[in-house]
Amino acid sequence: MTQLALVIDLNVCVGCHACVTSCKQWNTSGSAGPLTDDNPYGADPIGSFFNRVQTFEVGEYPETQTVHFPKSCLHCEDPPCVPVCPTGASYKRKEDGIVLVDYDKCIGCKYCSWACPYGAREIDEASQVMTKCTLCVDRITDTKLPESERKPACVMACPTSARLFGDVHDPESAVSEAIRERGGYELMPEWGTRPANRYLPRRQAD
Amino acid sequence: MQPAFSVIFLTVLIGAGQGLFLALFACELGGLVPDNAERLVLAKGGALAVLLCLFGLLASFFHLGRPERAWRAATMWRTSWLSREVIVLPLFIAVCAGWALAHGLGAPGTLWIGVLATLVCLALYVCTAMIYASLKFLQEWASPLTLVNYLLIGCASGTTLAAAFAGLAAPALVPGLATSAWLLTLLALAARVASLIRNAGLKPRSSLQSAIGVKHPVIRQRSQGFMGGSYATREFFHGRTRLALRSIRWFFVLSGFVLPALLLACLEPSRAVLMLAVTLQFFGLIAERWFFFAQANHPQNLYYQAVS
Repeated sequence: MTQLALVIDLNVCVGCHACVTSCKQWNTSGSAGPLTDDNPYGADPIGSFFNRVQTFEVGEYPETQTVHFPKSCLHCEDPPCVPVCPTGASYKRKEDGIVLVDYDKCIGCKYCSWACPYGAREIDEASQVMTKCTLCVDRITDTKLPESERKPACVMACPTSARLFGDVHDPESAVSEAIRERGGYELMPEWGTRPANRYLPRRQAD
Repeated sequence: MQPAFSVIFLTVLIGAGQGLFLALFACELGGLVPDNAERLVLAKGGALAVLLCLFGLLASFFHLGRPERAWRAATMWRTSWLSREVIVLPLFIAVCAGWALAHGLGAPGTLWIGVLATLVCLALYVCTAMIYASLKFLQEWASPLTLVNYLLIGCASGTTLAAAFAGLAAPALVPGLATSAWLLTLLALAARVASLIRNAGLKPRSSLQSAIGVKHPVIRQRSQGFMGGSYATREFFHGRTRLALRSIRWFFVLSGFVLPALLLACLEPSRAVLMLAVTLQFFGLIAERWFFFAQANHPQNLYYQAVS
């Protein structure tokens, strides 16, 4: 059983947002149609993104650290957004564990977004269906691309290699090794969603 | 959460429609409707219940981004309470309409149709409430009290409506219905206050620490990653002040429960009093449902605390 996922290294993320823009670029250009921005030059713009980079300050000045924190769908192993979907548009692929939305079946009821504790899903203003990170499913499975490029757009774009991509169920994979050796953790473990994506914690500086 | 008026009207209207049917069927069961002329009253009342549910169903379409695909929502009933509601609501409308029609035509067997409609009606209350109660990390909703509230509020508002309807069509039924209405309204008030007390004492299970996985006690968001809005900031924040929220809570407790119960308990149930009680309760319960949604604090909001 394969479970594709991202492992994000918080030691090296510099908060440059390259993953955000490359994600937007790739996913707005694909066969699934654009990821639209509504009122982009107006007073109250809104846009669909699958990936965001947030910034947190940890500690009290002057003992503070800045943590840049990329956040996208975590492709939970027990995704709460899937069973609540009334149409079956929201599903988890058996072959690789990616959580996807079938845009042709989605009725835009938003219930799956209520059922996601991480806020990983966004309604697209133009198509009025739920959208989310696909792990660039149309890229990673495209055999016309050279093998080295069959990775999500965000991973390709990251200048510091803060984003690792691979099968977290394969104990030999680089992502599994990183999780094992560097204490890769889940977000909000209290809800039992078992996110496939993990984060590598900051290491103590010498 | 940002309350959506489509869902507010859906749940308030079908809740009242279901309660109206239950009240009328209770009259039939209690042998309060002996002759044929009075059966026509049940037919009209049943039609009113059907109409309320139809309006609720219509309102629900406004919640959908792609309403033309709404039929697909019946497919996942094995796992989704929303899908179950999508099946059971039209079923209730159909059986309730059958019950009303049977009374209108003076046909036999209304008792059995009524029993079936009652079962479907109760199932519908469960489906509607479980849509919210089953989301475990929306802690304000994840409680059996949500089920109790949807049931009791629906029954109370439906019975008040039944009393007002009887005031126009069948005065003989008014005293029994009016008494039931204020009793049910007080019962619903008790359950709603119980959930308000429960929710006031809730401790959020998620924190900024668990949201980003950093154990330090002092964490502040410096940027949410964008300066405009997003679905995540629009759908999950009501954007109202604490004062506004508190005012709406007082309004719904008074207008939805206390005042209608007082009116029905203390005054002669004339047509004017009954209509006033129904009107007050309707606006109060719209506010109650608004508050129900607004009060739910979604854990995703932890990620959206500061623009920059």
